[in-house]
Amino acid sequence: MPAIDFTLNGKRQSVDVQPQMPLLWVLRDTLGLTGTKFGCGLQLCGACTVHINGVATRSCGTPISTVAGKNVTTIEGLSADANHPVQRAWIEVDVPQCGYCQSGQIMSAAALLARKANPSDADIDQAMRGNLCRCGTYSAIREAIHRATRYTGGSKVQSGGAE
Amino acid sequence: MTTIQKLDRRSFLKTGAAAAGGLVLGFYLPENHSLEAQNALGKLNAYVQIGADDMITLYIHKAEMEQGTVTSLSMLLAEELECDWKKIRTEFPGVDPVAFGPMQGVFGSMSVRTSWEPLRKAGATAAEMLVQAAAQKWNVPKSQCRAENNSIVNINTKERLSYGSLAEAASKLPVPQYEVALKDPSQFKLVGKSQKRMDTPAKVSGKTIFGIDMKVPGMLYATLLRCPVFGGKVKSFDAAKTKAVPGVKQVVQISNGIAVLAENTWAAMEGRKALAVEWDEGPRATTTSASIRKVFADLAEKPGAVARKEGDVAAALASTPRKIEAVYEVPYLSHAPMEPLNAVAHVRPDGADVWSGMQIQSVARETAARIAGLPAEKVQIHTVYLGGGFGRRGGADFIGEAVEISKVAGVPVKLQWTRDDDLQHDTYRPASYTKFTSALDDKGMPTVWNARVVCPSFAGLRNGVDRTGVEGIAEIRYSIPNILVEYHPPDVGIPVSYWRSVGYSHNTFFTEGFLDELAFAAKQDPVEFRRRLLAKAPRMLGVLELAAEKAGWGKPLAAGRHRGIAVVDNLGSFNAQVAEISIDKGKVRVHRVVCAVDCGHVVNPAIVVQQIESGIVYGLSAALRGEITIDRGRVQQTNFNNYEPLRMDEMPVIETHIVPSTNPPGGIGEASTPAIAPAVTNAIFSATGKRIRRLPIKPEDLV
Repeated sequence: MPAIDFTLNGKRQSVDVQPQMPLLWVLRDTLGLTGTKFGCGLQLCGACTVHINGVATRSCGTPISTVAGKNVTTIEGLSADANHPVQRAWIEVDVPQCGYCQSGQIMSAAALLARKANPSDADIDQAMRGNLCRCGTYSAIREAIHRATRYTGGSKVQSGGAE
Repeated sequence: MTTIQKLDRRSFLKTGAAAAGGLVLGFYLPENHSLEAQNALGKLNAYVQIGADDMITLYIHKAEMEQGTVTSLSMLLAEELECDWKKIRTEFPGVDPVAFGPMQGVFGSMSVRTSWEPLRKAGATAAEMLVQAAAQKWNVPKSQCRAENNSIVNINTKERLSYGSLAEAASKLPVPQYEVALKDPSQFKLVGKSQKRMDTPAKVSGKTIFGIDMKVPGMLYATLLRCPVFGGKVKSFDAAKTKAVPGVKQVVQISNGIAVLAENTWAAMEGRKALAVEWDEGPRATTTSASIRKVFADLAEKPGAVARKEGDVAAALASTPRKIEAVYEVPYLSHAPMEPLNAVAHVRPDGADVWSGMQIQSVARETAARIAGLPAEKVQIHTVYLGGGFGRRGGADFIGEAVEISKVAGVPVKLQWTRDDDLQHDTYRPASYTKFTSALDDKGMPTVWNARVVCPSFAGLRNGVDRTGVEGIAEIRYSIPNILVEYHPPDVGIPVSYWRSVGYSHNTFFTEGFLDELAFAAKQDPVEFRRRLLAKAPRMLGVLELAAEKAGWGKPLAAGRHRGIAVVDNLGSFNAQVAEISIDKGKVRVHRVVCAVDCGHVVNPAIVVQQIESGIVYGLSAALRGEITIDRGRVQQTNFNNYEPLRMDEMPVIETHIVPSTNPPGGIGEASTPAIAPAVTNAIFSATGKRIRRLPIKPEDLV
């Protein structure tokens, strides 16, 4: 089994695992980065969302072999001190309830703001409908995404430490 | 009446809490809101510690799932203790029935309800003792000292002594035997004002440790293959292919199936897929949703146990000019919290530890001890954050499985459920079936409220009735002179349990749907009709009128929009909801929900608003799509593609209006789930003239 090399949260990472093992479980079980969550295993809920080369991606459906040579950013690498514009807005709006889905919500929102400086409600619906929240924090999420644009000065934000 | 007692270092350490020191006061938080009056002297189950290091720690028997308990309880303590509530540490200690009482847990929306008085009193008593300690130190009368911002201030000299510096001296003083005065609510600085939740920063940086994130040394990751048919058992199995999966370490049989233990979760999942098992499917293998429904419908034709009887229903029905009948029904529902169930267990010959996100630690410990074959005091339960509970984590089936696997395999394990496990092996919200009969008098007002409820029981029968089956139908607040509510508990072999708002989750749909039918049969406006029936229920009337006013009830709507209303009282709170909907291409769209809530004295308005929205989304998900169906004894739903909760693009605008109140706090975590379904179906009736009596709403209901 050859080692698989990629960049994780700005640092070089090498793992020696089964090539078809999903990135989700490599992050959580092999590397101990538990901020990325398991919710469904079929890319239906978004709890496992990370950025791969800046694009919001469901890590539960991403074999580790396909990540070789790419930049992966997880919630742990999004900012040094929870100060990414999206995280700041999330704290100000007090979005989380149980909090379990929020890593995935934040990663999807950060990727949206990296693509679109001032997303409309329709853009938010489109970008966020893949992220389920059973506590029903959707209106707070929408408010926080709009609020995050205050910290980006109307320009697109970086999608994380790996950029 | 709350008793506050001082604990010395030794007796506090016996509670299993962290190193003791400084001033420690024990007090009692009722485990059940009806037990408040039974607070026996000397019974303690909660502790506040003021350390010499200035740390203030609250030890309680609650847990945090999504409802903001930690924040609300810290606010109550800090209000009277005059300290920075954000710096209060909250610990959920291990289970100890001596220190924390027989029912440790969070359920029934009770955390704030039961803590309202005792926590404020504990804070006031601690502040009083710190004041006394400072007065002695300065040799001044205690009236010259005031508690303020984690210190005692000498009013004359402006000198300050921190709580930490006084804690040791205060601990040597007797607990005041007089009634320490609590603030008048008008003096509250913290309670009643929106505060940010304490758990947010960790939750937005991925640092919060949920059960699924636990890891202990030497731990293996486990999955469990259970018989897909309820009650079925393993006949034989072949693990050869499983053992060939890279990373799989062990395959063991336990009472509930075959466990695969591996070096990571994915290998355990892959190994499980490779298992070949022959099942003894047992007697439920032919059960279907249709066969269950037939059992329910047949029972509804027979008299059941009487849940409530007033007046003479038979006579009123015999003499009525207008009899109205309807059958309402709902399916089984899964809880589907975002975090699939899991538990870490480490069973050793001399003891066991369990780490999990759970709602009722006492039940978890009892289950773990029984399965491990250990005395309860040898089992340590460690509570971590819950990725959603909604009632599911009140059970301990998943904990028992992890304990059994660890015991059989001889290693610490984390048992991880997958989403299909979660949907197919839940303890479900029961399916329910209710046949209503009513009669209208010549003024169009109902004279009869007759319901025959068929609903599986899980909370125990008293005089043949499980109150969770009939709540929301039997205890209606509407003034109707003749009432007969009967109940049947069918046993059809599907495991059932508590689901957010419990019996109200179905019965409010039934009651408020049928009542709306009566209003239309009487050719009355649904709000006006309810108003007339609620003249003797002022808090119900209050939320009804406020919701109607804020929603602009009776005023014209945009083309294609329609409104419906429903009202409910549960768990000490009252709320009314007006849903505004449209129907487009065979789909109902909920645009706006106006909710008026009276939940008594509000501790943290922001959390009330959060919980109202949360409960509405939970109830709306069920109303629009929630359905667990059974075929060949198996649940047919497998994941979020066929059990799909509400998504972002379907989220209505929710407006919450709180009725100012000085009544004791009511529950809020489950308050708003029941009324959304009938508010929506009543709005659909207004659009189509077609009454929806069965959930979830189907496209054919909309034409």
